[in-house]
Amino acid sequence: MTELTRLSLAAARKGLDDKAFSAVELTEAYLGAIAAANPKLNAYVAVTDDQAREMAAASDERLAAGKGGPLEGIPLGIKDLFGTKGSHTQAGSHILDGFKPEYESTVTANLWRDGAVMLGKLNMDEFAMGSSNETSYYGPVINPWRGEGSNLDLVPGGSSGGSAAAVSAWLCAGATATDTGGSIRQPAAFTGTVGIKPTYGRCSRWGVVAFASSLDQAGPIARTVEDAALLMTSMSGFDPKDSTSADLAVPDFAAAVERGVKGLVIGVPREYRMDGMPEEIEALWRQGLEWLRAEGATVRDISLPHTKYALPAYYIVAPAEASSNLARYDGVKYGLRVSGKDITDMYELTRAAGFGREVKRRVMIGTYVLSAGYYDAYYVRAQKVRTLIKRDFEAVFADGVDAILTPATPSAAFGVGDEDMKADPVKMYLNDVFTVTVNMAGLPGIAVPAGKDASGLPLGLQLIGKPFDEETLFAAGRVIERSAGIDFSPKVWW
Amino acid sequence: MSVDAATVKKIARLARIRITDDEVAGYESELNAMLGFVEQLNEVDVDGVEPMTSVTPMVLRRREDVVTDGGYPEKIVANAPLSEDNFFMVPKVVE
Repeated sequence: MTELTRLSLAAARKGLDDKAFSAVELTEAYLGAIAAANPKLNAYVAVTDDQAREMAAASDERLAAGKGGPLEGIPLGIKDLFGTKGSHTQAGSHILDGFKPEYESTVTANLWRDGAVMLGKLNMDEFAMGSSNETSYYGPVINPWRGEGSNLDLVPGGSSGGSAAAVSAWLCAGATATDTGGSIRQPAAFTGTVGIKPTYGRCSRWGVVAFASSLDQAGPIARTVEDAALLMTSMSGFDPKDSTSADLAVPDFAAAVERGVKGLVIGVPREYRMDGMPEEIEALWRQGLEWLRAEGATVRDISLPHTKYALPAYYIVAPAEASSNLARYDGVKYGLRVSGKDITDMYELTRAAGFGREVKRRVMIGTYVLSAGYYDAYYVRAQKVRTLIKRDFEAVFADGVDAILTPATPSAAFGVGDEDMKADPVKMYLNDVFTVTVNMAGLPGIAVPAGKDASGLPLGLQLIGKPFDEETLFAAGRVIERSAGIDFSPKVWW
Repeated sequence: MSVDAATVKKIARLARIRITDDEVAGYESELNAMLGFVEQLNEVDVDGVEPMTSVTPMVLRRREDVVTDGGYPEKIVANAPLSEDNFFMVPKVVE
């Protein structure tokens, strides 16, 4: 039965229509795979097996009646950041101890509407703050990939590390994820999977635990570009409950996948050629441009002059918004409470016990940059720089560029407990140097696996698109996927 | 700009996060590493630049000022660590 888990989402959906297997059989295959792998990989923090079986049985009934939805019977993993009614929702944090929401996030409700089956909740960096999945209260997720001849545990990236690892290791057919500074694209690149952060406003944020509201956006991680497009079509759409949701029709993203890149202009930003960039990343980037050119795209050198300021501006804006959003965790309404001698004592003790180190650090820096006397020097300045970053992109798009190709990450996956990263938080933050600009400008970005490094670990390329033009990203991403022609299956050791 | 130990304690107090005396030095160096990193923003000429307020051009929607939700206090308090008669319970705040 395990081979069922190896099918792409699109192939599994076809198999269900063809009655090659049932939704219950497909779900059982995944539940079996999770039971076998999760003790090693730690990708799931909660498995909702009873609910999965019920949903799959209901899918079989709808399929038998010829009423199957676009994702009918497809087993998915859900990042722990999404509110799922009656089941574990803790954003990878101790402070939401025992929280089971009374509501369903809009994105997950859309998936269930289209027939998908929930397998469980996926591990993540606490409150989506991290690039290695090591800040989770539930411990690190282990990357299914290992370097050739090595048994060193590698990180899957973060913050959607559980999503990326589960998709890569065949523990779900696809997963939801979220991206505030690179949290979909960086883990996708580290695990040889496809991840897309849609345009800000494409997917509703309602019912998703908030980190930095002006940057947060949900998106899928999947094993192929086509699978990602199928998931995105279901996840997207206008939601009156999210005041920043875009009131736009959702295209059939899967229909755009085989559209090709003939006639497109692909921009190559010179500022992304960083000092000390490994030669294999440079080579992969050049190769990606060759592939696009070979299929009829024009490649053009462009400049995005404020690129280097995106990451520092992010580390003001995101913590500022986080310090405000996380003020709600006070030991009163939900989750953990540590009693104190008065209410302030209770707040302080609860938040000290409930938040991990990275979260505390960011809440404190956010509190500082918003405090009296520093607001203009830090926060307002960062928001001005953000305007300049967005203008850089607007100028190149106005000049006829259709999409921009860059590396997804500065390196392949690194080891769990990496000493350099532990010693200096800024080193960890540099993982997002190529992805964070996209969040700052509200643009869509996709990471597609494109090659491997010297030790056989996956490397990804990123395509950045115009607002609400995810279709071009799927089309160009597919060209990279097809041209690379690499099997991104990790060798099973777990 | 950088923060000293007294400022770290003040920030923690504002953020309602209790930190112990032996944690202060660690936070001080971590926060200063972050502040050192963001220092480079001072190189950017931002004269006459509007701070971003919305990343996509959008006008906040309006709707009729009517009640559209509610009427289920038991669901609101369902996850509370302590509640009574559908009220959140907290330590005494008024003498």
